[in-house]
Amino acid sequence: MNLGYTAEEERFRQELRTWLAKTLPTLPPKPNPLDWPARRAYDLGWQRTLYDAGYGELHWGATPTQHLIFLEETERAGAPYVGANFVGLLHAGPTIAAEGTPEQRQRWLPPILRGEEVWCQGFSEPEAGSDLAALRTRAVRDGAGAGAGAGAGDYIVTGTKIWTSHAEVADWCELLVRTDPTVPKHRGITWLAMPMDAPGVTIRPLRTLAGSTEFAELLLDEVRIPVSHRIGEENDGWRVTMVTLSFERGTAFVGEVIACQRVLRELAETARRNGRWDDAVLRRRLGRLHAEFRALWRLTQWNVSEAEAAERGVPGVGGSVFKLRYSHARQDLYDTAAAVLGPESLDLSHAWTLDRLSSLSYTIAAGTSQIQQNIVAERILGLPKGR
Amino acid sequence: MDFRLTDDQRALQAGMRDLLAARFDRERLRATVRNPALDRALWRALGDAGFFALRLPESEGGVGLGLPEAVLLFEEAGRALLPGPLVATHLAAGSVPGAASGDTVVTARDGELIEWLTDADHILGEAPEPTPAPTPTPIRSIDPLTPLHRVRSRPTTTPCPGAALLTAAQQLGSAGRTLDMAVSHARTREQFGQPIGAFQAVKHLCAQLLVRTETARTAVYAAAVTEDPLDLATAKLLADEAAVNNARDCLQVHGGMGFTWEADVHLHLKRAWVRAQQWQTAAEAEEALATGLGQP
Repeated sequence: MNLGYTAEEERFRQELRTWLAKTLPTLPPKPNPLDWPARRAYDLGWQRTLYDAGYGELHWGATPTQHLIFLEETERAGAPYVGANFVGLLHAGPTIAAEGTPEQRQRWLPPILRGEEVWCQGFSEPEAGSDLAALRTRAVRDGAGAGAGAGAGDYIVTGTKIWTSHAEVADWCELLVRTDPTVPKHRGITWLAMPMDAPGVTIRPLRTLAGSTEFAELLLDEVRIPVSHRIGEENDGWRVTMVTLSFERGTAFVGEVIACQRVLRELAETARRNGRWDDAVLRRRLGRLHAEFRALWRLTQWNVSEAEAAERGVPGVGGSVFKLRYSHARQDLYDTAAAVLGPESLDLSHAWTLDRLSSLSYTIAAGTSQIQQNIVAERILGLPKGR
Repeated sequence: MDFRLTDDQRALQAGMRDLLAARFDRERLRATVRNPALDRALWRALGDAGFFALRLPESEGGVGLGLPEAVLLFEEAGRALLPGPLVATHLAAGSVPGAASGDTVVTARDGELIEWLTDADHILGEAPEPTPAPTPTPIRSIDPLTPLHRVRSRPTTTPCPGAALLTAAQQLGSAGRTLDMAVSHARTREQFGQPIGAFQAVKHLCAQLLVRTETARTAVYAAAVTEDPLDLATAKLLADEAAVNNARDCLQVHGGMGFTWEADVHLHLKRAWVRAQQWQTAAEAEEALATGLGQP
């Protein structure tokens, strides 16, 4: 039980802190949140800045503790969030790093790290949301025949993907396709890297309840994807995906916990200013949220310790525990913000109002709370599978 | 940074679990419920195992370990529903003769309440008072294994962060135990031709039991390491919540059986309610945490 950091880790933290203090004032102003091309340029610019300073590879090249320090310090300093680089840096990148061939790592990882290419996620489908393994997008081998070399030929992909964040500004899509419909549903799935400008890819933006178009539907009509774009073996995509999802649920939300703590302090300040601090019920609610986010930070440290001890640093299923608690705490945070703001909370121009609307997705995205509870019950607690 | 338990800490935890399995198993628990009295022999056995002297320096005959290790032992005590003024006696080691060895039973006045007054030899921190102290009156305690007296006067207790944390550690142990009880019942109890744990509604109750336990665990362990007042308030608040709500949900998973005197669930719930009133209540913890907002 040791929450201290080594001298080397503290040195890293100090260096990073100094660099952030020097660098952040030189950044261009933040773009309009509804202007996606501007956001892409801004997010890639920040990634390039990190890369040039030697911090580009921290999302998967470092130890989990270094990664934690990096996320902690960048958030504390108010540095830009990963934004459009989320899938590339925290999802597709770590997966290719863990499961790709040397050639594949060489092809895809440097452009992610240098802030040149944006990735999006093609997992969910209209008929397969929470039941991810029920996906129906088909991929058929063409051009090489069964006897040709393992990397020869193309997959021809047809189907529909949905809830694809950043699709409009993405260069690549991590795509799950069904390559064998005759075997049980988890076994016939393959993980492909799809170029978003390939013929046959149509992007239909979807408007969220917050009014933004941050995600889209992808219509795939006989899209040709070279077999060399496959990560892992054919029909082994489910296992590869589990590696990806354990990243998503393990360490991907570290920065957000710190951001929530900052919002909470701002809430307290606002309440003290507008007189609502005198309401004991509201004040105690803020106190409880303070406990909640302190504990979530400790849970993060716990998960990082577990990840550091585990082979290859892949976070364990304990991430599900974090994700369940965090997604509800975040919604509670913005509901409390509305209580602090009063009528002002109905004004869409207030940042917390938009954040409150966005927070509604937290119990749905990356596996709904209900599915997470099934995972916890079956995979951690060993309860029998339901029918 | 490695938040996980060290091998020594695991061994200490396992040793305590073994000791309690041998000296205070379910049979003993139920026997004590039928005849609630403090078991002096068990108290001395705890003393021999270093339970009370754990944090005393070795030069004073103690074990020389710290708050993290104490938390692990109190967690095990909470799992086993071990009765008695454990926190007060642990805190008295080194200042009250015989407390460290378990020969003296020490209780403490906490707000208006004193637990185990009749069985105790000493009240922690009570100096002879210039005016006659008000007489404590017994109340019919909700928990059959925590006799309570009430002193109807202004509380004189000063907040004791260590006491709140060790109480939180027991809450954590109880939350872990009711989680195990709920899961074990859900796996084996069959209805409609299958274990009830296959039903999503039951599964989700069990998942929430785990989420509460693990969140409380990291909060309690972290507070033991940092001893930061806001971490301590977090630990007490979340451990109280975990113990109380886990016991409630465990009772629900057990259905009608859970509502009977024979099931152990009610003992966990009642103790959790008692501990939630001890040392730092939810209201006090929340106020402390609210005040702490705005501090770095």
